[in-house]
Amino acid sequence: MLENAIYGGRRYWAWIFFLLSLIGAGFIAYIYQFQNGLGVTGMSRDVSWGLYIGQFTFLVGVAASGVMVVLPYYLHNYKKFGRLTILGEFLAIAAVVMCMLFIFVDMGQPLRVLNVILHPTPNSVMFFDMAVLSGYLLLNLLIGWTVLGAERKEVGPPKWVKPLIYLSIAWAPSIHTVTAFLYAGLPGRHFWLSAIMAARFLASAFAGGPALLILLALIVRKYTKFDPGKEAIQSLGKIVTYCMLLNVFFLGLEFFTAFYSQIPGHMHSFVYLYTGLHGHSQLVPIMWVSSILAAVAVFMLVFPQIRKNESLLAIACIATFFSLWIDKGFGLVVGGFVPNPFEKITEYWPTLPETIITVAVWAIGFLVLTVLYKIAISVKEEVVFDKYGERQIKAE
Amino acid sequence: MYNAGKIIIGLLIFAGLVMFPFVYSGGKATAKPDPKVDTPEILKLPENERKCVESKAYMKREHMKLLNEWRDWVVRDGQGTYLNTEGKHFTMSLQNTCMKCHSNKKKFCDECHNYAAVAPYCWDCHIAPKEKES
Amino acid sequence: MSIDRREFLKLAGISTILGMGGASAVHGLRSRVEASQIMPNPEALKAKRWAMVVDMSKFKTAEDYQRCIDACHHAHNVPNVTDNLKHEVKWIWEETYEHAFPGTEDEYLAEEIKELPFLILCNHCDNPPCVRVCPTKATFKRKSDGIVMMDMHRCIGCRFCMAACPYGARSFNYKNPRPFLDPEKENPEFPTRTKGVVEKCTFCYERLAKGQMPACVEASSGALIFGDIEDPNSEVRKVLGSRYSFRRKPELGTRPSVYYIF
Repeated sequence: MLENAIYGGRRYWAWIFFLLSLIGAGFIAYIYQFQNGLGVTGMSRDVSWGLYIGQFTFLVGVAASGVMVVLPYYLHNYKKFGRLTILGEFLAIAAVVMCMLFIFVDMGQPLRVLNVILHPTPNSVMFFDMAVLSGYLLLNLLIGWTVLGAERKEVGPPKWVKPLIYLSIAWAPSIHTVTAFLYAGLPGRHFWLSAIMAARFLASAFAGGPALLILLALIVRKYTKFDPGKEAIQSLGKIVTYCMLLNVFFLGLEFFTAFYSQIPGHMHSFVYLYTGLHGHSQLVPIMWVSSILAAVAVFMLVFPQIRKNESLLAIACIATFFSLWIDKGFGLVVGGFVPNPFEKITEYWPTLPETIITVAVWAIGFLVLTVLYKIAISVKEEVVFDKYGERQIKAE
Repeated sequence: MYNAGKIIIGLLIFAGLVMFPFVYSGGKATAKPDPKVDTPEILKLPENERKCVESKAYMKREHMKLLNEWRDWVVRDGQGTYLNTEGKHFTMSLQNTCMKCHSNKKKFCDECHNYAAVAPYCWDCHIAPKEKES
Repeated sequence: MSIDRREFLKLAGISTILGMGGASAVHGLRSRVEASQIMPNPEALKAKRWAMVVDMSKFKTAEDYQRCIDACHHAHNVPNVTDNLKHEVKWIWEETYEHAFPGTEDEYLAEEIKELPFLILCNHCDNPPCVRVCPTKATFKRKSDGIVMMDMHRCIGCRFCMAACPYGARSFNYKNPRPFLDPEKENPEFPTRTKGVVEKCTFCYERLAKGQMPACVEASSGALIFGDIEDPNSEVRKVLGSRYSFRRKPELGTRPSVYYIF
């Protein structure tokens, strides 16, 4: 099946080479970082996690969102998602690969990464995160590849895949809960010390991930012969709507607790992010962009007349994705560190090398995604459809 | 055979790459490493007391293991003293025990390490004794 | 006898895994260094749980503070990172009341207390969140005496401990610290660190192992009281038993071992 990835038209190869050039630039930037230390980023003694960990946090959510298509199809026989499941699983693989890469580039001593396995520490949430992420990657690789291979041969998938699929459905929310636990259990960081962190993470994951999946499905329909299905996309749209509403609601709950209780420790980070604190307000513009995008997205998604229009749905998904990307991939992480334990403020903004490396990791993720999608779609184009009509093999 | 031209050229390139290191060094062997133990600190000791933590053969083979174990005992277990096979006590410390006698890193440690092309990262943190002009 | 590609790959994969597993099993069973006998240094100071009391009444001048800070930073080759404050490394330093004890500030507090510099260092908590989160046990609480230690060899530089510490006690080496060391004042008996690891005060475990008090305590001329908090006869206990003391953010349940008295 892999050979499908090396057959492609001019557009395909232009895209691949564009990604490779971004990756090359990132590689050089990473060597610079490796030799000089993480000081080449914008992180500091006070803000010790920045863009890398923020992107990791956001992408675990995207990875977990695969369950949003797998669960209805396999647990509830929602046949309409039949053409989307492989796209969801392969998106999860690409996202997990990016997560692991972001962790790797963030480490101060990356060559010692095996220490996490050589000296397992069950009480450390980070150990668990590594374990569950690796497990999830393996699961999705195994399931996706096997199911796709079976489709290619026009047979049903082998029986042992079923329990693995059920396992992956339970595993997906767990990876993101564990990621939320990285933040929600730290006694000194009141911005994060909230039970609703895991719920917020899951809600934003199941809004942002499917939003990206909708956009990818629309792109796939435009550039290939494979059509994931209008109804499938609409169902996903409903999922994005409800989860985005939940996410905004949960954020509102956090605001209420902070500001009705008037406890300074709980309020300060919100004040810093949304209005600026003691004259420091570098993040205020982007946090408001995120909020406005969220409002626009929710407005567009809530009305079925708008949601049913696929172009408008695409815009709403873009707004959702970028709103959550800013909020979870940047604001959440930096906000936890400001103000610092001494109630002083050190601001954070990524540097150029940091940005190039981040872009390169995204490019690697998109490369993995492109290759996997090319394989999946090539298979589906040949087998699931004939040249003219829609003919779908029985899934089981 | 199919593609004979390409295969033979490929084989020649491969042979060239493999032979290159040997041809480049002109066929002469590099000098055997000769770590020097004639530091002023060692020379100050009477002849019969010039003994390392363990025997020379042992240290040659196992000093990496010994240092690893010392590191874990000192840093992680809070131990400080090592009783060697001959009943002598040593404080477990690279900087303050080993390097106190072997105060010539370049002519001792580096001799073998450079020959074997290994670069242990001890010296990124552990301060090597200042080289004395001999 | 022909074998198809898939079978060959399966065979190769299983052989590799078995081979690697067998090799590491044999390697692990090999006879190791005969630890004839390992023991703590005979002159080492022992305690069930080390603690420190910062007696603010004994700090009179700016030099009193600076002496303690310099003693620590010189004894441990702590770099003086001057080119970028974001990358500063400090094991012990001063903060005013509102920063050392955030949440307790009050505009009607006596002016002298508002401006008083408090010495801040790692609290060597009895229930340390940094130890709880470390994925490699690079930071760990020593069972023998409660010191929260750093194993620089194992630290992977993930900085989870820095996020977890409620006291901001930890510093990360964002770059190579050696250029920021003063070669004149270097302590050749203690290592430096390298870029990419986290560091903090370690209650001078290396000095305690030699029977010496921590560097800051020695330089403080009695302003810093150091001893075994679980020994009812120690000076620390006597001071805590006779005067009002307070700690930083005790409500977090970390059980810090550094107390402050006026």
